[in-house]
Amino acid sequence: MKYMMFVVVDPDAAAEAEPSEDDLTIDQWLADVDGRGKRITGDALRPVSDATTVRVSRGQVVVTDGPFTESKEWIAGFDILECDNLDEAIAIAARHPQANGGKLELRPFRTDED
Amino acid sequence: MTTHAHRTTAEAIISAVAAERTGMVASLIRLTGDWDLAEDCVQDAVERALMRWPHDGMPRSPAAWLTTVARNRALDLLRRSQTERAKLQQRAITDEMAPSRALETDAQSDDRLRLIFTCCHPALALEGRVALTLKTVAGLSTAEIARAFLVSEPTMSQRLLRTKQKISNAAIPYRVPPDELLAERISGVLVVLYLIFNEGYGQHEDHLAVEALQLARLLVDLMPGEDEARGLLALITFQMSRRSTRFDAHGDLVPMEEQDRSRWDTALMEAGHRQLRHAARSGRPPGPYRLQAQIAACHATAAAAEATAWGTIVALYDALLAAQPSPVIALNRAIAVGFRDGYEAGLAELDALDATALAGYYLLPSARADFLRRLGRTDEAQRAYLAAIHLAPAGQPERRLLQRRLTEL
Repeated sequence: MKYMMFVVVDPDAAAEAEPSEDDLTIDQWLADVDGRGKRITGDALRPVSDATTVRVSRGQVVVTDGPFTESKEWIAGFDILECDNLDEAIAIAARHPQANGGKLELRPFRTDED
Repeated sequence: MTTHAHRTTAEAIISAVAAERTGMVASLIRLTGDWDLAEDCVQDAVERALMRWPHDGMPRSPAAWLTTVARNRALDLLRRSQTERAKLQQRAITDEMAPSRALETDAQSDDRLRLIFTCCHPALALEGRVALTLKTVAGLSTAEIARAFLVSEPTMSQRLLRTKQKISNAAIPYRVPPDELLAERISGVLVVLYLIFNEGYGQHEDHLAVEALQLARLLVDLMPGEDEARGLLALITFQMSRRSTRFDAHGDLVPMEEQDRSRWDTALMEAGHRQLRHAARSGRPPGPYRLQAQIAACHATAAAAEATAWGTIVALYDALLAAQPSPVIALNRAIAVGFRDGYEAGLAELDALDATALAGYYLLPSARADFLRRLGRTDEAQRAYLAAIHLAPAGQPERRLLQRRLTEL
């Protein structure tokens, strides 16, 4: 099963996060997940201040700065995981450095059966 | 005579069917991954049994009869579909039916555990976990569950559908969690069972409480070494031992100190004590459910309300607060202190609670009102009762009890 894992930064949660000795660095996390062949690809994204929103209204392309959201949360990156099941994906997400202070959202890919 | 014999047969059939249903659904889900197919085929087998057995008599092995009928039904339905998936599902069923894989009791209990853990997976919405557990593990109909949660049948049906879809779409595994996840997942199952219990126990018609008792018994049978599962079973058992005295003839709540203790069910109380003794053999320090069950045991063993061991109860609440800090447990502890040290001391404890965390919760003003009433501070009690009534759920027995207290002042 393929999962898109969004890496979400939450400034409020980050302020309350308590670092733990068990926390992995991103390099350690990547080495573990890639070493087990569980990650198809992934990358980090620039913040929303560099984002551009595009939509079409009455035939006109409307381009604006940033995303349309009130939320302070933003997607800082993504990884595409290939896992046996959701529990395996949850375990991988729970070890990601952003799990403590941010959050990970796991979305299964649509399949042909859908 | 004939009528009696007939009825015994019908009862025997119903109980034989009930004993097998969950395991059959659970194993068909394992084999096909299709929850609806599993439930429909088992339902079909059950209906055939109810039609045939009264005339033909019970088969020597009701379990084998039902399983074969349900699996054959599944094979029939799957043959109509030409997809690769349907072929794999048929293979899984026929492999399982091969003589070398005759029905094993162990495999069946494993299937029921797989079913329970999957229904209670934390990635499912809590209301979905509760509904699916009642539907597939307890075998309630969608209409019954809808009634219990005061929603329409289409709404409940939609909720069940969404929950089953998420299991399949997100690939929630159908299994008993591995050791490293087991402790956290068991506590997730216990949360669901206790929620089902509380949903029923607050009502005069307590069907869901009875279902929760049976589910807790099933879980203890399947996982005899889990002391917290026994703790939950003991807790539910002690509370159920008082069920016939909790409501009066008008369906109004009777507070524990006014309940007729001679009508408490001593067999259930003994069963609760037995579960607690068994749980203690684990050697583990008691967790939240065992501690709550021990508190319930203190109430059950008191010969009269005045004889309640409040000192022990306060100590148990202290341990419970340490294991599971919560404003509601702190409130219950404060109430117990009031009964141990006097109502003035109880009021002081209530005042020291985190009022923000308990804002909007009727039990805080209701506890204040109770102590003030006992102290004869009528005016203050009146104000506290009014505040509690304002916050108590409308139309519920708790609210009627508060109104009665107010008029009695």
